[in-house]
Amino acid sequence: MRGSRAATVEDSAAALPAEVLAVDRVSVRIRGRAVLDDVSFTIHESELTGLIGSNGAGKTTLFRVILGLTRPCAGRVSIEGGGLSRTNPLVGYVPQKIGLDADLPLRARDLVGLGLDGHRFGFALPSKARRQLVENALEGVDAGRFADARVGTLSGGEQQRVMIAYALVSRPRLLLLDEPLANLDLRSEQEVVELLSLVAREQRVAVLISAHEMNPLLPVMDRVVYLAGGRAASGTTAEVVRPEVLSHLYGHHVDVLHVHGRIIVVAGPSLGSAEAMRAEEADAAADEDT
Amino acid sequence: MSGIVSLAFAPGFFSSAPVRSAVVAGGVVAIVSAVVGVFTVMRGQSFAGHALSDMGTTGGSGAFLVGVSPLWGFVTVSVAAVAAMELIGIRRPRGRDVSTGIVFGAALGLAALFLYWDTTVKNASGAAMTILFGSLFTVSASTVPVVVVLASLSLALVFALFRPLLLSSVSPDLAAARRVPVRLVGIGYLLAMAVAVSLAAYTIGAILSTALLVGPAAAAMRLTKSPWATLVLATLLGTAATLVGIVLAYDSYGWPPAGHGWPVSFFVVTLVFTFYLLAGVPELRRARGDRLPADRRVGERGIARGAGKRGES
Repeated sequence: MRGSRAATVEDSAAALPAEVLAVDRVSVRIRGRAVLDDVSFTIHESELTGLIGSNGAGKTTLFRVILGLTRPCAGRVSIEGGGLSRTNPLVGYVPQKIGLDADLPLRARDLVGLGLDGHRFGFALPSKARRQLVENALEGVDAGRFADARVGTLSGGEQQRVMIAYALVSRPRLLLLDEPLANLDLRSEQEVVELLSLVAREQRVAVLISAHEMNPLLPVMDRVVYLAGGRAASGTTAEVVRPEVLSHLYGHHVDVLHVHGRIIVVAGPSLGSAEAMRAEEADAAADEDT
Repeated sequence: MSGIVSLAFAPGFFSSAPVRSAVVAGGVVAIVSAVVGVFTVMRGQSFAGHALSDMGTTGGSGAFLVGVSPLWGFVTVSVAAVAAMELIGIRRPRGRDVSTGIVFGAALGLAALFLYWDTTVKNASGAAMTILFGSLFTVSASTVPVVVVLASLSLALVFALFRPLLLSSVSPDLAAARRVPVRLVGIGYLLAMAVAVSLAAYTIGAILSTALLVGPAAAAMRLTKSPWATLVLATLLGTAATLVGIVLAYDSYGWPPAGHGWPVSFFVVTLVFTFYLLAGVPELRRARGDRLPADRRVGERGIARGAGKRGES
């Protein structure tokens, strides 16, 4: 059922594209500590949503809940209106860093093949249909020219493309990427962001990207889910990235500065000026610890 | 033609019953070791593989004491060792190394006692030599079918687990996200490895079995790019080393110093090692010629690549 969900800041958007993921009042406690506290948001087909938060804000835990690997102590996650099924064919996932050795005998196309049926027992018999699916997925992310190279020998940006093809080849409705921009140089970062935006629109999947830094995503991000201290606010960037909303999340005053098209979130006076200076200098948003 | 044949194969090679048993058992064991070994290398479990076969020594020497085939001793103990290692806890790689080391030390202590009894109480003076360094020529015709059945079981398990095993060897995170029962797949694989390693311990010796397990796989990995190509090449290399080893050992009956025949295991392991070294030659030449293989020069090159790539020079 697609009942209207209690949303925090997103009541304004009336005619949204089809809802793919609904996270409804999810709380997670790990060893007594509240990692996620009453988190709710929805994400939609053909949209790119940024899951923004500093290290330890609960981004990876939230992904684990969506993947069904961590059970929330309260609340519920539904994908396409249904619960989490056992094999989860609707969700494609790219973990933070898989660290493949250069001597691993695994070509890009082998890895993408595993994306198709790696969870099934036995081995895959070669078939034309299978090869075509893998080929299409690789072409779709412009990775055709290094399809036959060992994945471990590819550059960070190339590996990220192959991982996206791996996640997309099973035609999921939802694509989760955990810090896909970490360890990329500026150019690859931009290319990966553009690719993901294209994928969302062309393949009509809902894309959820976690990042500790929102600026690279600003040009393509349709919506943002901002996590701090286990709590979340969601909506468009303009709705969420405001001093009132973020101060409420962090539990202390923060300022939001707009500098040359970039957004910098700076801790208020309560955290001390040294902290604020550091945040400004780093010229990186949302990097302060809570 | 017949001149060359008689030069390579000493007289009586093709009519000898021990040779026939050795060829069948050795060939089958080489195949299963190579296939299982590819995953051992991918998963970085060479140490566990070696530990399993050393632990098997306890079983092998114990079996000698009670008068059963050492093969049963090897299989029983290494399968039990998998269970023990699993119980002690192998969640983290370091925990796995430590628990393997501890169980393995205790088992070898027992093996020392059993081998001592084998030679003193049972008067089987060759026991230590046979258990530790193996001897393909002592494989009896009656155990050959057992070897074939056990090898088939191990292979069947690996192929049944093939895709989830490959995926969780590449990345446990990716596998878990696809709801692969990573831990169960890992245990299933360890069982297949325990059987493969027991067979290798029985035929070429407990101490040398790791060479047959890891060597062909590691050599094949240097030369191939895909999992299947690696499996096929590893199998070919392992089988070639074993069969050529048998021929050379048979020929060596006429060699100095004693006219007594050199150990088969020596030849097999030396050949495996040679293959491994030769497989490194193309890599060396590439490293000397130009520093990057051609496929690395096209496409974008990350400037700030955080991920250090080992083995790439």
